[in-house]
Amino acid sequence: MTKAEIANIIYERIGLSKKESAQIVETVLNEMKQALEAGEDVKLSGFGHFMIREKHARRGRNPKTGEDITIEPRRVVTFRSSQLLKEKLLEGGE
Amino acid sequence: MTKSELVDIVAEAHGQITRREAEVVVNEVIHAISGALSEGERVELRGFGSFTVKKRDPRVGRNPKTGESVHVPAKVVPHFKPGKELRERVDATS
Repeated sequence: MTKAEIANIIYERIGLSKKESAQIVETVLNEMKQALEAGEDVKLSGFGHFMIREKHARRGRNPKTGEDITIEPRRVVTFRSSQLLKEKLLEGGE
Repeated sequence: MTKSELVDIVAEAHGQITRREAEVVVNEVIHAISGALSEGERVELRGFGSFTVKKRDPRVGRNPKTGESVHVPAKVVPHFKPGKELRERVDATS
């Protein structure tokens, strides 16, 4: 499933043009991105939480060359799915 | 950011829809993603990230309190991988 398919669902549900539907889907994702970029967690109840985690620097190794490298501290996004979504997947898989 | 805050922002950004409609949009986006995942389908949202379903093999777990062995059945769990743009934007601000 892609953004275009989601936009199409919105188009069918609400009296908006296809173009507006696509723009709104884009806004939803962009606003989530902006919150995360600002270091804010995004909590969508019934779906899951997108969280920002600070990773410390650590020693790693280039698996190709075997060279020791330092992995710089960085900030990453993690997703923690809600219990509801987990249950939905288990039901849907049968 | 919570779901209702996201709804507020989407409604403000798109004057042509009501808050109620913005709420429908956000819910439909979430619903579309979870629906696709429960069918085992991958969801790819360019610039944001992709959601996939991962299979977990059955295993023998242990109740940490009693030490008793318990059978943990095979299951499917949702997984989110942030897209390049989101990854870079989040890390750039650290």
